[in-house]
Amino acid sequence: MIDVKNLTIEKAGAMMQKGELTSVGLVSACLKNIEEKNKELNVFLEVFADALEQAKRADVLIKSGKGTKLTGIPMAIKDNILITGRKVSSASKMLENYVASYDAFIIKKLKSEGVVFIGRTNMDEFAMGSSTENSAYGPTKNPNDPSRVPGGSSGGSAAAVFSGMALGALGSDTGGSIRQPASFCGLVGMKPTYGAVSRSGLTAMSSSLDQIGPFAKTSEDAEIIFKAIVGKDKMDSTSLSLADYKSSPVRKIIGVPRDFLAKGVDPEVLKNFEESLAKLKRAGYLTKDIVMPYLKYSLPVYYIIMPAEVSTNLSRLDGVRYGLRNEGQNIFDMFKKSRSAGFGRETRRRMILGAYVLSHGYYDAYYNKAWQVRRAIIKEYQNTFKDVDFVMTPTVPTTAFKFGEKKDPLQMYLGDIFTVSANLAGLPAISIPSGVSVAGLPFGLEFTAPPYADASLFAIQKDLQ
Amino acid sequence: MWGTQDYSVLFFYLFCYTKEVNIKDVENLAELAKLELSAEEKKELLSDLEGILDYVKQIGEVKVEDIKLDYTLHNVWREDVLEQREFSTERIREQFPDSQDGFVKVKKIL
Repeated sequence: MIDVKNLTIEKAGAMMQKGELTSVGLVSACLKNIEEKNKELNVFLEVFADALEQAKRADVLIKSGKGTKLTGIPMAIKDNILITGRKVSSASKMLENYVASYDAFIIKKLKSEGVVFIGRTNMDEFAMGSSTENSAYGPTKNPNDPSRVPGGSSGGSAAAVFSGMALGALGSDTGGSIRQPASFCGLVGMKPTYGAVSRSGLTAMSSSLDQIGPFAKTSEDAEIIFKAIVGKDKMDSTSLSLADYKSSPVRKIIGVPRDFLAKGVDPEVLKNFEESLAKLKRAGYLTKDIVMPYLKYSLPVYYIIMPAEVSTNLSRLDGVRYGLRNEGQNIFDMFKKSRSAGFGRETRRRMILGAYVLSHGYYDAYYNKAWQVRRAIIKEYQNTFKDVDFVMTPTVPTTAFKFGEKKDPLQMYLGDIFTVSANLAGLPAISIPSGVSVAGLPFGLEFTAPPYADASLFAIQKDLQ
Repeated sequence: MWGTQDYSVLFFYLFCYTKEVNIKDVENLAELAKLELSAEEKKELLSDLEGILDYVKQIGEVKVEDIKLDYTLHNVWREDVLEQREFSTERIREQFPDSQDGFVKVKKIL
């Protein structure tokens, strides 16, 4: 049997091209892992019944010589990315039976490469959370330790790749929802420059922050997926072509915002961070301590702008044209009954918070002020990147935590401290695995690069070996 | 002389010394968000909101005098011509929770 857990996309693709492996064989091996482990880990909300059919078509494509690096590769897709004719629920009761009427731009691209979509993965409802505990269909468990969370919101996608149920996966990252689960599961997870990957066909959470990106075992694999999904799309007015922008040549200077790491970071995480930094120095990187005074305000800014956009985006879910409808005495009562039955706790909390920061009298003090500080953070990054090529921090201040450990919402939010700033500034960022703790839990390192320098992020991992 | 900046400082201090939200606010917000909340959830939300707002209001202390609020996003228009769309009317209609003669059906509004 094929050991999918230790197989990369690069290797599997090469083997398929050489005729040493078929997509049907590969997909069967993933399906077997799903059959064995999905019940316990709750990774997939649906395993697509036609996965083997897709694999057969991919094998024909490979035989005809028209295959690419991704042809026949089984990928897991987060449950907020639309595939025509398939259910896509955002792990919510609100959209439990919603069937997509079109393909996301990136799905069209992957289909043209003959990728096999193996299933849709569990997540925090509408991508709001850091643990998958907010899924309406129960949490996903961390394959490294099932008593712990896999991270979120794209926890299912991370768990799928780590446990050999797929070779790669797509997630979405609004404040760390790819990088944090990648860190908690021991994978590479990458958030592209805002606009590099089209959001057309991604269920919107916070439109000025959302970005789709890859999960994979290695940076090489993540880059293969990234190259396949990147590109300008006229259906997303914020999308851009990376080819239109020149990024400066990589000089390998890493900036470390020391004051930002001074408190709240687990000592074991910090120790791993320092050891990794030393490794990179030995590999020829220069390091520089940097001061970014605005960075610490990223988290409060994020938890104002994000809920504001959430409350706006999710107002479309009213039970009229699609989604759950619970009838009421009149149409307004119907909105209320449908939305109250359809949305989970965290989603309701963020909509209420969003309504608050946008309300008359508080708008200037919260929402407008948050945008001003967001601008200050962007400016600070621009100045920082005059001196350094990457900003490096741990991805998360801790390793994967236990279920139920963070009951207070603010405690949960504080774990996003290192990831949200890249979204606020629209910058590309990657989480790279950097070993495991004494308890066997993965560590992750986060590198943030200047806009459009996405490609530079994939080159770091090989220097960490 | 008071500039807008001074008012925001005053606003900030008012924030710090007054309780910002009460249960009535939560009820109003729920009405705006079109949500029905149980008495217990209202209380929980109030306590969550207090905690979260207490944390995020630290941005009031940030000095950003030289930063103007410019929203860089702008509308991107296309020509108003009929284009082939890939999503079919049928697929969209199939999603209607209730319909009649191909139209979405809701209770009367007025």
